[in-house]
Amino acid sequence: MKLEANLISGRTAYQGAYLEAKTHKEYFDACSYCELNSSDLAKLGVSEGDNLSVTTEFGDVSVFAKANDGNPDGLAFIPMGPWANAVLSPDTHGCGMPGFKGVPAQIEKTGEAPLEMKVLMRRYYE
Amino acid sequence: MSELLIKNAVVCDPINNVNCEKMDISVKDGKIVESVSSGAKVIDAGGKLTMAGGVDGHTHCAGKINVGRFMSPHDMRMTNVPGLSGKEAPTATTRAQVGYNTPNAFAIGYRYAKMGYTTIGEAAIPIIGARHTHEEFEAIPILDKFGLTLFGSNWQVMEYIRDDEPEKLAAYVAWGLKASRGYGIKIVNPGGGEAWGWGKNVSGLDDPVPNFDVTPAQIIMGLAEANEKLNLPHSIHLHCNNLGKPGNYETTIASMKLLENLKSNRDRQVLHVTHVQFNAYGGTSWRDFESAAPQVSDYINSTDHMTFDLGQAIFGPAMTMTADGPVEYANSRMLNAKWSNMDVELEDASGVVPITYSPKNFVNAVQWAIGLELALLVDDPWKVMFTTDSPNGGSFVNYPEAYTYLMSAKRRAEIIETLPEMALGRMNIPGIDRELDLYELAIMTRAMQSKMYCMDTKGHLGVGADADIAIYDIKPDSVDTTVEYVAVKKAFSGAAYTIKSGEVVVKDGEIAMTPEGRTYWVNAKMPQATVDAMQVDVAKKFKKYYTVSQANYMVEDAYLPHPVEITTEAL
Amino acid sequence: MAVITDAICSLCGSLCDDITVTVEDNVITDVERACILGRNKFVGMFLHDRIESPMIRKNGELVDVSYEEAIDEAAKILVNSKRTLSYGWCSTSCEAISKAIQLAEETGSLIDSTANVCHGPSALAVQEKGGPSATLGAVKNRADVVIFWGCNPAHAHPRHMSRYSSFSKGFFTQKGRKDRKMIVIDVRKTDTAKLADTYVEIDQGSDYLLVTALRSAINGHEDVIPDTVAGVSKEDVLELANVLKEAKYTCVFYGMGVTQSRSKYKNGDGVSSLISDINQHSKAVMIGMRGHYNVTGFGQVATWETGFPMAIDFTRGAPYYNPGETGANDVLTRGDVDAAIISAADPGAHFPQDSLKYLAKIPVIQIDPYANPTTELSDVVFPAAVVGVEAEGTAYRMDGISLRMKKLIDTKFKTDEEIAVDLINKVRELKGGA
Repeated sequence: MKLEANLISGRTAYQGAYLEAKTHKEYFDACSYCELNSSDLAKLGVSEGDNLSVTTEFGDVSVFAKANDGNPDGLAFIPMGPWANAVLSPDTHGCGMPGFKGVPAQIEKTGEAPLEMKVLMRRYYE
Repeated sequence: MSELLIKNAVVCDPINNVNCEKMDISVKDGKIVESVSSGAKVIDAGGKLTMAGGVDGHTHCAGKINVGRFMSPHDMRMTNVPGLSGKEAPTATTRAQVGYNTPNAFAIGYRYAKMGYTTIGEAAIPIIGARHTHEEFEAIPILDKFGLTLFGSNWQVMEYIRDDEPEKLAAYVAWGLKASRGYGIKIVNPGGGEAWGWGKNVSGLDDPVPNFDVTPAQIIMGLAEANEKLNLPHSIHLHCNNLGKPGNYETTIASMKLLENLKSNRDRQVLHVTHVQFNAYGGTSWRDFESAAPQVSDYINSTDHMTFDLGQAIFGPAMTMTADGPVEYANSRMLNAKWSNMDVELEDASGVVPITYSPKNFVNAVQWAIGLELALLVDDPWKVMFTTDSPNGGSFVNYPEAYTYLMSAKRRAEIIETLPEMALGRMNIPGIDRELDLYELAIMTRAMQSKMYCMDTKGHLGVGADADIAIYDIKPDSVDTTVEYVAVKKAFSGAAYTIKSGEVVVKDGEIAMTPEGRTYWVNAKMPQATVDAMQVDVAKKFKKYYTVSQANYMVEDAYLPHPVEITTEAL
Repeated sequence: MAVITDAICSLCGSLCDDITVTVEDNVITDVERACILGRNKFVGMFLHDRIESPMIRKNGELVDVSYEEAIDEAAKILVNSKRTLSYGWCSTSCEAISKAIQLAEETGSLIDSTANVCHGPSALAVQEKGGPSATLGAVKNRADVVIFWGCNPAHAHPRHMSRYSSFSKGFFTQKGRKDRKMIVIDVRKTDTAKLADTYVEIDQGSDYLLVTALRSAINGHEDVIPDTVAGVSKEDVLELANVLKEAKYTCVFYGMGVTQSRSKYKNGDGVSSLISDINQHSKAVMIGMRGHYNVTGFGQVATWETGFPMAIDFTRGAPYYNPGETGANDVLTRGDVDAAIISAADPGAHFPQDSLKYLAKIPVIQIDPYANPTTELSDVVFPAAVVGVEAEGTAYRMDGISLRMKKLIDTKFKTDEEIAVDLINKVRELKGGA
């Protein structure tokens, strides 16, 4: 099952708390997840902590599943950071600002665990 | 140390009663001296007009101007005044320059210097925003700077006036000047800034400020008395209520009259009224709008307690910026223009709105006339400071053009010819034939500032003065300024030499070097017991209402690397 | 042991200046009043992954080198580049920003700040319609209606609501939260939304529709509003408009939900127009929720030094500004720069993948206290002092109030400002020798 979702990114307190500790596990834990509401997670057959694959026109990334019932159906949230940016839109629409919110994404269960930050960054040399 | 001898200068120095006389000027270590040694560097002025460096005593050059820049990237490309506006690439001597009404800080320094100005006064510093003002001051090269601190809608000020605490009020003003490193008291639309906190305004001198139970008249009087108690070098500097409204001349004259009987211990006015062009409007609406410069001028001619500046309007794009928050909102709605605003906690308000003064628009045409009428109908030039309230009436780079309006009836007639018929009936300038001479121009652009700010070392070329000197490429003995206005404008647009603190900073209209300028501020001393009592009240303000800690409020010494501290003792 | 009071927290744009810091043996052992972000900034820094030495990438690996070698290498990159991107300079002092601008000017570089991925569209909105704003204390003392639009201070600015907005008590708001109506407009029920009196959930990307509907209601054109706008019923739109008209003082705090969503800068343009319209009836202002503690300062310094707040291109000598063309992500995705110098910001974490693929191809100089994703893409790395902790300097709060950050502890590291000055001097030396 694939979920057609609308992906946004943004700040969280823990992303901010480990902003200056991005090589640490706490930052990895704070940013390498995707929030959906419980019913969307149930549709995908995943529980919190399972791995999700998020794919957009711009790339794909593995992240942990997390429940947030504040999200309406079909709205996916990944904290701002390297994992979100693997799949967000680089198009600035002529005003400088890339597309960090409102990117169509396909989300499904995966066996792939999220990549550790340095490994993720190495992909950009490929 | 360094010595300089300027020979064959035709000096126009009104403070020392020198009217275009050929003489030599000796400079040593940045000061004018009696004589120098034979080893001094020599500049041959060759009979050219020589004045003290200009002093712009009311300009928006640091702080709020950054809001104007921020909202108008289009201004950076404007080249309305060739050589003094638009974009310029960096050179070995100069940083990159941009802008016209809101040039970058570097360009402000270079362009004033090119016009022979060496000292400028920022017209409005909110205390809580003063650190920013001083950061921009430091970025402005060459020039000496000072700024006026806003007190006219300040809660502590209004409370002390309401509670009849004149000693504490004076102590607070002294503390506010120190906190902001300001030079004097600025009052903008007294009480109006606080009313604007609720989207309202005060309607005149006797309209009480909401929630504070004081009137604008009481604020003006209270601060003027505190000003004299503190013996400050400048008088209060007043932007009157009702600015920009038809019929406001009555409020303006009433505001002036308030202080007729106030005495000063210093040799200066007790009141400076600023950019009076915007406050000398007759009529009852924009339909019957007309110049009230004659009424205002008649009053000023009848009294000796005050000075004023013009706020001359310049045709073309300008950028209005003022602590008068309600005026800017009204401007933006009337002009359908973009509007920036800043309500400043416990202290004041402000706004920024672009405007264009069009010679085809009858209101704008009359505004243009009013500034000139004020300058020409007031008999005594020592009462008149030349300004455009830059960039409110227009950018300072238009000063040379505006000088020609004051010096040449022929030049004025050329402009008047282009104005709408409807405007001509609402103005008086066509019937005025007075033409200022160079001596009068020197008074309005440097000499009167020396007196009105009690700046003994500025605005003149007597021994002991700062060696801030402008040499302009016209010869007073041969130029007819009433006719040769093209030559006059050219000369004042790019000085042959501008000398700042004894160093040649401009040569042949180009920047030669860019030393850092100084910042003047006033440290007014009050008895410690009064200061302590005042501090108890101020501490409460910080504890309950400010969002900045008191410990982080006052501008630190680090922001004034070249300070000039003026100390006064309270009476 | 030293106890330093009234210290300024240099983490987010709230710039809280009431922090008490305890220092023992040059280590910060305690902070009082800081939020979790600030606490980790101060106390956490001794645990964080500090860059200890200048490094140069050799054979794919960063290896320690002397400071002089790193300066030499970095200056060569700058001198040999046709157009360098200088990016970041937001978690640092205004004094450093000033030197960064000078370096960009002297090397004909393009310089941009983190506003490019944050409130850049808000700057464009101000350029369209102006920025009717206030200091945070005006809100604290007056505001009876506070709106958080597309922002989540409970997470991003944790002390904002207690110090400046929802819960703060002031002269005309003695009862704090009880004297205030708190409204949150967002696309999901955030922790901030949970605290609101009214939560207005809108369809993602439809902010401009709601702004327009509110303006229509406030300007007396109810009839043009459809039954549902942006996922909100007409009834709710009219009720919200009425709250705004009848308020004594409204502040709209807005964040990335407004600037990053569809319509981008037009959303801020709409909010600015809405504020102007509300002022026909009552009083209203708007304040952007700025992220990096001194991104506001970058905008201020750049504006007074170059005339423009961001995305400034010195390639042609005089500054040229055209966000969309000269923004950091614009030039990276176009491949329009051939080197980069990055300080006090982390595009490695915060730029989309296409921009990073290009950064990986070009020489990158990094100046930062901490190892981060950008380090992984960098070729010359300078360790820097933590400004606001190990170095003093000026920073601007989100409302444009500047404060002087204190030096709390000593450091062996150079400041961003010193490194920028060393680069300016080395570049001059290389250019002079050429």
